[in-house]
Amino acid sequence: MSAHGETVAPPVEAVGRPAASRRAKDLGFRLALLGCLGLAVLLLGVLLWDVVTDGVDRLNFDFLTSFASTDADEAGIQGALWGTIWVMGVCALFIIPVGVATAVYLEEYADNTKWYNRLIEVNIQNLAAVPSIVYGILGLAFLVRGPLGLGPVVLAGGLTLGLLVLPVVIIAGREAIRAVPPSIREGSMALGATQWQTIWRQVLPAAIPGIATGVILALSRAIGETAPLIVIGTPVFVAFNPDGLDSSFTAMPIQIFDWISRPSNDVNNYLPLAAAGILLLMIVLICMNAIAIWLRNRYEQKW
Amino acid sequence: MTDERREQDREAPERDVPGLRLDVAQSESGAPAVEGVEPKPRVPREAVFSLEEVTVSYGTKPAVRDITFDIGQNEITALIGPSGCGKSTLIRCLNRMNDLIPTATVRGSVRYHGQDLYAPDVDAVEVRKRIGMVFQKPNPFPKSIYDNIAFGPRVLGMKGSMDDIVERALRHAALWDEAKDRVKTNAFGMSGGQQQRLCIARCLAVEPDVILMDEPCSALDPISTGKIEDLMLDLKQEYSIVIVTHNMQQAARVSDKTAFFTVELDEDEKHRTGRVVEFDDTEKIFTNPSDSRTEAYVTGKVG
Repeated sequence: MSAHGETVAPPVEAVGRPAASRRAKDLGFRLALLGCLGLAVLLLGVLLWDVVTDGVDRLNFDFLTSFASTDADEAGIQGALWGTIWVMGVCALFIIPVGVATAVYLEEYADNTKWYNRLIEVNIQNLAAVPSIVYGILGLAFLVRGPLGLGPVVLAGGLTLGLLVLPVVIIAGREAIRAVPPSIREGSMALGATQWQTIWRQVLPAAIPGIATGVILALSRAIGETAPLIVIGTPVFVAFNPDGLDSSFTAMPIQIFDWISRPSNDVNNYLPLAAAGILLLMIVLICMNAIAIWLRNRYEQKW
Repeated sequence: MTDERREQDREAPERDVPGLRLDVAQSESGAPAVEGVEPKPRVPREAVFSLEEVTVSYGTKPAVRDITFDIGQNEITALIGPSGCGKSTLIRCLNRMNDLIPTATVRGSVRYHGQDLYAPDVDAVEVRKRIGMVFQKPNPFPKSIYDNIAFGPRVLGMKGSMDDIVERALRHAALWDEAKDRVKTNAFGMSGGQQQRLCIARCLAVEPDVILMDEPCSALDPISTGKIEDLMLDLKQEYSIVIVTHNMQQAARVSDKTAFFTVELDEDEKHRTGRVVEFDDTEKIFTNPSDSRTEAYVTGKVG
């Protein structure tokens, strides 16, 4: 109590700074995290640098327009490039309808309490993690030989890769469909639309950006897969472009693999070819991922 | 004269169409109406909906129990009561929106112009064509204003010029002046009140018979609320309206009849179930309610 009889609050300590040891730990943690990040980036940078220095000279128009050849100076990637484009086309045409339809079924129609629906869900998530070479064996047994007996052609390669990346599309599709708020569905049903009309005219259009992103990410995984194509018997030396679904083909990863595997000497040095091929593949991948990110940002729906 | 009328009213139920109920639901405590006040002569109105002992359960627990009253043609019927007493659950029964919830079961009889809505041969999609719904949070589709309104007519295959249909719906919803210059812009660009009127316009475009409104103004500011209330009074000439509202004064302002809900605790299960305590002319509910619980609620003593 002061002299005047009022109550006086005790003096409050000014807000200070935490103790030095706490600040040091905070800073130390931050530096450790930055260090880890730096290490990852450094490793990546070293790899990139190695490839760029080896291959950038070789990456020119001739490289893109020449076919494979035993003469390293003449060789180019045209056959493999078009082979990849054809196979990716088949893959896309397969995964888009099948993947989206599966996602729609699982999200809109499937009753989660039924055992067979839960079985499907568990299977899809497992399939996303199966090693790619297993898909190669599957393709060899059922598509290339076995019941369909297509042989190592564009259709077989595209379907094999499609099966590999289908779970990615299904999972991304489900996320995109799930992100559409129930209020939109309710609003549509309340107007007298059937469930299919609601899905086709409201849910799917709203989910397209997410689905497209999923498809592009799936394709960018498929484009770099070598093991399944090797197992189904894709030839390594192909000096022509594919001319149909039943045409023989090769793909960029396989061509790169072939160039690396050959012994190089002063007469024929295949390493720059391989490096240039890797660079081209990476450029294509970066472009595809950039398109996916752009699509996602541009059409992101803010509900 | 008045006594004779009352006599007639009591005899009427036997002669009239089943489901056309003229007597007021008795209050639980059986308290008589205040003495000395002459009851207004009751004009028999055609009932749009006839509910009889309707009980809705989610799983095994009833959310509302034994609901019995009628909803009149070209009237605004308000459902009021504290939170959690099943008003929204009940209104969703009227257009079979509860079908979308797998665990919901409806017992009792819901008749629409005498026809049992839950008969096995009644198609829920057809029901929703005639009985439209406006939700609590405005839920315009992520499309243009034009496409929002045109969606219903398109999926239902309505004939006629779409431009005319859209304009008529916008005029009907008192939104034409504000929207006519930007019908092709995205609906999300509008304010909350405008979006809700868009949802009403969307509902009107399919030419329903009844409009159900589940707390349509609770997410809106007072000015928008006022506009929508004026709209409701306007619409009642052509449509029958059922509105769930938390705002007692709103019910007093716009509705012709009011049903007061309360929530009861089950003795053994500690589970809440909603029931209708009183259903009568709005004026009577708010000035001279028969039940003490109604009085406690409308005077603000409770809930």
